[in-house]
Amino acid sequence: MNASYDWLSAFVAHGRTPEQLGELIGRHVATLDGIERLRADLVPFVVGRVVETEKIPETKLSFNKVDDGSGTLLEVVCGAPNVTAGKVYPFARTGTLMPAGITIEKRKIRGFTSNGMLCSARELGLGTEHDGILELDTDAAPGTPLLDVLPIGDVRLEIDVLANRPDLLSHRGMAREVAVLTGAPLRTPAELGAPLAGAATVVGAAHATSGAVQVRVDDLDGCPAYMAVAIRGVTVGPSPDWLARRVESVVGRSINNVVDATNYLLHGYGQPMHAFDLGTLAQQTIIVRKAKPGEAIVTLDGVTRTLTPSMTVIADGARAVAVAGVMGGRDSEVTAATTDILLEVAYFAPRGVRATRRALGLNTDASYRYERGTDPRALEETLRIAASLIVAVAGGRVDGAPIHVGRAADAFAAPAVPLSRARLRTVLGTDVPPADVQRRLGSIGFSVRGTDDGWQATPPSWRVDVSRDVDLIEDVARLIGYDALPDELRPQRPGTVPDHPLHVTAQRVRDALVGAGLLEARPSPFVKGSDETHVRVANPLADDEPHLRTSLLETLARRAEYNLTRKQRAVRLFEIGSAFAKASGVLPKEEVRVGVLLMGARRPVHFTEPAPPDVDAWDAKAVGELVAAAGFPGARVKLEAADTGEPDGVLWRIVVEGTPRGVVRTVALDAPVWAASAFGVELTLGVLPSAFVADKGTHAHAEERTPPKRHFVQYAPLPVMEAAQFDLALLVADEMPAAEVERVIRRNSGDLLESLLLFDEFRGTGVPAGKRSLAWRLTFRHPERTLRDKEIDGRRSQLLKTLEKELGVIPRST
Amino acid sequence: MTLDEFKTQCAALAAEAPARVDAAASLDDWTAVRNDLVGRAAGRLTAIMSTLGTLPPEARREAGQLANAVKVEIERLLDARRDALAAAAPSGPRLDRTMPARAAWRGARHPVTLVIDEICGIFRELGFTIALGPEAEHEWYNFGALNFPDDHPAMDMHDTLYLGEGALLRTHTSPVQVRTMQAYPPPIRVLAPGNVYRRDFFDATHAPAFAQLEGLAVDEGISFVDLKATLNEFARRFYGGTRRTRFGPSFFPFTEPSAQMDVEIDLGDGRGTRWVEILGCGMVHPAVLESAGLDSTKYTGWAFGMGPGRIAMSRHGLPDIRLLYDSDVRFLEQFAE
Repeated sequence: MNASYDWLSAFVAHGRTPEQLGELIGRHVATLDGIERLRADLVPFVVGRVVETEKIPETKLSFNKVDDGSGTLLEVVCGAPNVTAGKVYPFARTGTLMPAGITIEKRKIRGFTSNGMLCSARELGLGTEHDGILELDTDAAPGTPLLDVLPIGDVRLEIDVLANRPDLLSHRGMAREVAVLTGAPLRTPAELGAPLAGAATVVGAAHATSGAVQVRVDDLDGCPAYMAVAIRGVTVGPSPDWLARRVESVVGRSINNVVDATNYLLHGYGQPMHAFDLGTLAQQTIIVRKAKPGEAIVTLDGVTRTLTPSMTVIADGARAVAVAGVMGGRDSEVTAATTDILLEVAYFAPRGVRATRRALGLNTDASYRYERGTDPRALEETLRIAASLIVAVAGGRVDGAPIHVGRAADAFAAPAVPLSRARLRTVLGTDVPPADVQRRLGSIGFSVRGTDDGWQATPPSWRVDVSRDVDLIEDVARLIGYDALPDELRPQRPGTVPDHPLHVTAQRVRDALVGAGLLEARPSPFVKGSDETHVRVANPLADDEPHLRTSLLETLARRAEYNLTRKQRAVRLFEIGSAFAKASGVLPKEEVRVGVLLMGARRPVHFTEPAPPDVDAWDAKAVGELVAAAGFPGARVKLEAADTGEPDGVLWRIVVEGTPRGVVRTVALDAPVWAASAFGVELTLGVLPSAFVADKGTHAHAEERTPPKRHFVQYAPLPVMEAAQFDLALLVADEMPAAEVERVIRRNSGDLLESLLLFDEFRGTGVPAGKRSLAWRLTFRHPERTLRDKEIDGRRSQLLKTLEKELGVIPRST
Repeated sequence: MTLDEFKTQCAALAAEAPARVDAAASLDDWTAVRNDLVGRAAGRLTAIMSTLGTLPPEARREAGQLANAVKVEIERLLDARRDALAAAAPSGPRLDRTMPARAAWRGARHPVTLVIDEICGIFRELGFTIALGPEAEHEWYNFGALNFPDDHPAMDMHDTLYLGEGALLRTHTSPVQVRTMQAYPPPIRVLAPGNVYRRDFFDATHAPAFAQLEGLAVDEGISFVDLKATLNEFARRFYGGTRRTRFGPSFFPFTEPSAQMDVEIDLGDGRGTRWVEILGCGMVHPAVLESAGLDSTKYTGWAFGMGPGRIAMSRHGLPDIRLLYDSDVRFLEQFAE
């Protein structure tokens, strides 16, 4: 909320500067977002006194000597007709920047030097008056800052009032706290006269009549209390300066004396208020009721709004004239022609106002306060202040007694809240003297009674947020000041919660990928998918991305395209994040996955390799193995070749302990011709369970939790005997998988085969078309003795025979 | 061969060696000389030593020792000569050491991850572990369990993306508080980093998905003093020991009392300091403990939440939050390790 420093000061003589006041509020009441001087541009102007003046012949100009408090009289040329010796005016010294944007400089006019400028109201941005310079009515000495003598130097405090403290949404509410914090008493602003005295309020349970005005409340749920009073013979016109200034300091625009008066009560006292043109109300009757099906109203903003029967309206004898707690109707608006008004204050139920303003999409200063909770016991006070204010600024007379329909003020009493001394000490971690607790709570309106073990505190009617002991503890703590509480590390017990295994896994995978030279991305997970395959956001931000991704590669692909549009050819991104799959329950199935997208140069250019090759499927396969090893340490991982012609360009499936958990694949991009092929790797690291841990209000502490399975490397004895090696270069048909050949080699090599390494693939000279030469290096080792050459040669020829017999594979002739 | 002949040959070689070694004028010469004198394949000493077997057995020991002494001496001379040659040899034409190292792509953690990791690291030192929860969440965990009244203005601070009846994208990491308290008994000291969602359009300072980090401590006797002291200790480690902090009033439905913590940030260049809000915190509301089935008269707790993205923006001077989402490789490379 925007609070005016001057207005706050009218409620409490706190004796603080705006900065000090802001600090006080920020430490004890609510967050201070900023302090803004409303006319900071007028800071350099001072009061100047014209000591001598003489006309410059044959011109409209005068030559003056001006005292600006500097001790030297300044020579100033002025074009205004009303310069008078001895009077004081706003003065701009040389170097001053005028609100219009020009800087006052020393200059020669008609042979006279001018060292500054005496200013008109218009030149100061204070109105349109430009017939002459602005004569100041002040005793202030020359040189005094202009803002100290003109009542336009207000300062705006921008205070972030949160949803639990609607009582702070007014100057009086804020002043109440300031009064407590400074010890200065809360007072009624001097600008307000005595509240309306006279006739006692006419009270009715559901309807009441006063003079010619009748009020009936049919919807006591939506409107538990309603008050009104008629004022006749008003003259609607401009507000007096002081009222216009108050309203402008927070609202921005003065409208007319009657509307400004209601706004004064809203921003001054936190009570929304509405003035109807009584002459437009059929039968001078107010009926508060639910809207009728299809009923429509043109609200003050000129929009025709169709209402529903869940909404509360204010109606006259014929039709709805206001949407309760939200906005008045245009037909009953106070205009320049209005003479009689009906002034309304009410307590509307917060939920009803909230539902209505949401349904209408109409957020107003009134609805903002009603939906958070206004003070139900302040109706009478604020109505009487408003009535006397309107009579004071717009004339007219109050006609008849105020009417009150609905629950009486006393019926809104809140229950007392107990607080024990032990609880206070436990929560705050320090002792507060009991008398201090009682005094502090009492100072902000609680009625406090001591009990055996603590206190019973009844909140004031404006504190809608207090229902439990911790609410009282917060008030005590913030009034003392959080900063005044001890700052002391105390003994603590270690916790029972182990690290979440998916966090541990994610850290390990991230370390591995960063180590492998990849860049981590954290894109937004919204995509354009299809309702068949994707989870749809019910109220998406953008219609072009209404779905949640089912795969991390969906978003990484868009990020790769983004890089391509910025001429980045080498893209190597990875992400660890959630993917969402449609599921039969309330929530989608959420998996934590790692996704990698690779394209472009495998390495940066180096003079030893001026054109590094682009990444290919083998690089992608290696990353697939890397993430699987990091994600599932010690597990059996296999990258199974996918059948050719798989959808989505899948090249390999990453199979962990027999379960397919991911893929290595090509990624189709919307890419320019110079872009390289893109490859993707995606692996599911685990499921984030979203089912209820336990029923609401219960826990599952006794539940057995299985610790994650551990894999420990089992040591293999180091070899002590020499190994024997030979290579096999074989002609293998293109369509025959290398794995097939390997299987035959392994099956026929016996236990002594230590390793089988595919080290070359060659197509070309000497290799028939449709075939390729694949070369393996076989290493044999006996654990206890050196293998003899003869044994090795024997194996070699045996293997070649078997390969030819079983697969038709023959050695490449050398 | 006799022992005397063997000795003579050794002596001849020993006598000749110094001049031969000194005569080596380059490293290539040196290699040739070494191979000739003591090379394993064709060295003269090697040839002499290969005759050891032809000596009478009783002479072999003495002969072996002699040959070995000669070998040690020659190798000493060779080493000295090689060092002298290496020191004198201009190496320039062979290895222009001004040229760049072989290049490899360097990886990088995302700047938001860097902040999360740093914060988690500090709280780990303070005895916290890491808890996680789902991003697609039940409305109850996100709001109801956290003491948000049904349809209350407090919800306006959480403009929510819904997935359906009772299902939403979590608007904060606080649901993890309740999940953790339901799953594990106090004492609890956890940190919950994760992504959260708000119905905010992308602009320079807003994003519909962003990282948040939640902390929770629950046990018997936990107080506001523990909250203050722990968060101050965190701030000292995160921002440096001399940084001032302060606590002011705030409001969250799930904490009471609620507070915000500000840190005094040095603007640099002698421009003074400014207070910046870095986190919201408070004592866990008893209603939240009760949601998780804990006895709120026995247990108390404190919690905090902060936004690593904002910290990343401020520490790296990012003018636009979208830089964190665009994934431009030139941006991410700036954070390479």
